[in-house]
Amino acid sequence: MGETTDPQVPEGTHTGADDLVIDVAELHMRYGSVEAVRGIDLHVRRGEIFAFLGPNGAGKTTTVEILEGYRKRSGGTVRVLGQDPQRAGPDWRARIGVVLQESEPEHDLTVAECLALYAGYYPAPRDVKETLALVDLSKRADAVASRLSGGQRRRLDVALALVGDPELLFLDEPTTGFDPSARRAAWDMIAGLRSLGVTVFLTTHFMDEAEHLADRLMVLAEGRIVAEGTPETIGGRERAAAEIRFSLPDGADADELPQEVRGALEDHDGGRVLLRAESPMSVLEPLFGWARARGCDLTDLDVRRPSLEDVYLALTAPRDEGA
Amino acid sequence: MASSSSAVQARRRPAGGAVVRQSLHQFRYDLSAFARNGQSRFFTLALPVIFLVIFASVFGGAGNDVKVTGGTIPASVFYVPGIITLGIIAASFVNLIISVTAQRESGVLKRRRATPVPASAIIAGRALTATVAALFITAVLLVIGWIFFKAHVPARTAPALAATVVIGTLSFCCMGFAVASLIKNEDAAQPITQSVMLPLYFISGVFIATSELPHWLLHVSDVFPVRHLAAALLVAYNPHTSGAGFAVSDLLIVVAWGAAGLIIALKRFSWVPLGR
Repeated sequence: MGETTDPQVPEGTHTGADDLVIDVAELHMRYGSVEAVRGIDLHVRRGEIFAFLGPNGAGKTTTVEILEGYRKRSGGTVRVLGQDPQRAGPDWRARIGVVLQESEPEHDLTVAECLALYAGYYPAPRDVKETLALVDLSKRADAVASRLSGGQRRRLDVALALVGDPELLFLDEPTTGFDPSARRAAWDMIAGLRSLGVTVFLTTHFMDEAEHLADRLMVLAEGRIVAEGTPETIGGRERAAAEIRFSLPDGADADELPQEVRGALEDHDGGRVLLRAESPMSVLEPLFGWARARGCDLTDLDVRRPSLEDVYLALTAPRDEGA
Repeated sequence: MASSSSAVQARRRPAGGAVVRQSLHQFRYDLSAFARNGQSRFFTLALPVIFLVIFASVFGGAGNDVKVTGGTIPASVFYVPGIITLGIIAASFVNLIISVTAQRESGVLKRRRATPVPASAIIAGRALTATVAALFITAVLLVIGWIFFKAHVPARTAPALAATVVIGTLSFCCMGFAVASLIKNEDAAQPITQSVMLPLYFISGVFIATSELPHWLLHVSDVFPVRHLAAALLVAYNPHTSGAGFAVSDLLIVVAWGAAGLIIALKRFSWVPLGR
C-alpha cells in the first residue's frame, strides 16, 4: 500500500513491523453459499483511530468478529497484535478490549463491582476508579449497572473494555441509539483515548462520527472495500465538485447570468439555481460581479463541498450486478 | 517470557493456581449477584421453606406415617429430605439454567469471552455459587425440621448427608449447564425448566412418598436423577438407617446423569447468543 507516513508513536511501544496493529490480507468469509466478506486487505497502525464504515449487511460485524477472535474465517491471513486471533490465547486477549454492539451489563452488580470483576480477569489491570473517571462514571459507581441510562451503559461497556489496559480497542457502533448530546459526550471520550495511546478500531454507520473521530477510514459495501483514505480525501472528496445554490432575484432570468455561470448550470427550477463547479472561484467571481451590478444580495447563497455522507452514499449505493 | 514450547503451553492453559484464584474471584461476584436477585432468592430460598411448611403441616398430622427402609417415620420428618432435594435442584439446576441462559443471550458471556478469563473459572465460579446456595438452603430446612417437626439428622449419617448434598449439587450443576446449552431463549428457560421438574417432584418422592405411588410411575421416575437424589438424602436422613448412610447406587446414578450432562455441556457450551 506504500504507507510510509509515521503516526505519532506513543513512547514505550514497539516500532517497525509491530507498528501494524492489525494486518489483514485477502480475508474471505462464507456462510454456506453466501459470501459475506470477499477479499479484504486492512492495515491499522498503532495509535490511530480507524473507522470501518458500511451499511448494514456489508460484512462489518463479520469482519470485526473475525478480528476479535469470535469467528473462524474461510480464507486469508489475519494478524492482530502479531497473532492469529482464531488461535490466540489469554495473553493475547489481555491486550485487546472489546465493546460489543449489543451486550447488557453484568446482572445485579453495581458499576464498580462490574469493573472490579473484569479487572480481576486481567494480569495488569487499570485502576477501577481511574477507569471510571476516564468514562465519566465516577458518580455512578454504586448504582446497579442495569439501572443506568443508555448513554451511561455504553460508557460502562467502554470502561469494561478499558479496565484491562488494552493496546487495541474494538468499538462496534458505540453510539447507535444515542441522542445528539450523548453522542457528543461519547465522541469526546473516544477522542480522549488517543492520549492513552490506545489504537481504536471503530465500526459505525454514522458519517459524522467517522469524520469527527477517525484518522483513517475504510468503506465496506457488499463484502468489498469500496474506498479507503482520510475523512478529507476519501472517495476523491477533496477534488469533487462544489455545489452552489441561490435563488434568482425577482424578475431575473437564468439566461441573463454570465456565461461562466451558465456553463456550470445544473438546474434552475422555480428560480432556484443549482451550479456544480470543480473550481468554485471561476463561477463565483462572475456571479458576484453580476449580482453587484444588479444591486442584489443573493441572501440565500449556499456553497458546499459534498459531505462525507454524500460520498458514502455514492460509494455504497447498491450496484446492479449479474451475480 | 521464554519462547519454549512449555511456556506456550502455559499461556494456552493457565496454571492450576491461577484457575483456582480466578474461580474464587468469579464466585465472589456471582454470589453477590445471586443474593441480590429477588427471583433467585424467592425460588431458591423462600419457596423450599414455604413448601416444607405447607407439606409438613398439611400431611404431617399425628399417625400419618411414611414407610421407609427399617420402619416408619412421621410424614413431617419425611418431607425434610424431600424438600431439601427440591432446594438443591432449585439452587443448582433451575437457577443455573436461568442465569446462564440469560447471561449468554444478553451478551454477558460473549463479552467475558473477549477477556483472558479461562472458561473453567467462569464455570467453576458459577458451580461454587450453586453449592453455597444449596448448602445454605439445606441448613435452613434442617433447622426448620429440627425446631418445628423435631426431625434431626443422626450424627452417624451426617457426613453422608453433607456428601450427598454436595454430590447432588455438582451433578445437577453439570446437568444445568447441559440444559442451558439447549435452550435458545432466555424467556423460555424458566417455564421449560419448571414444567420438566414439577412432574418429576411429584413422582420422585419429593412431594409424595414413593410408597404411595403406583409401580408404573416409579418405573418412570426411576430413570431420572431426581428420585435417586431424594432417595439418597432420605437414606442419610432416616433415623432407621444402619451404617454410614451412603446410598451408593442412587448416588452413582445421580453422578452418571451429571457426567452425561458434563459431556453435553462441554460439547455444546456457547459463549455467544444462540437466539439471534
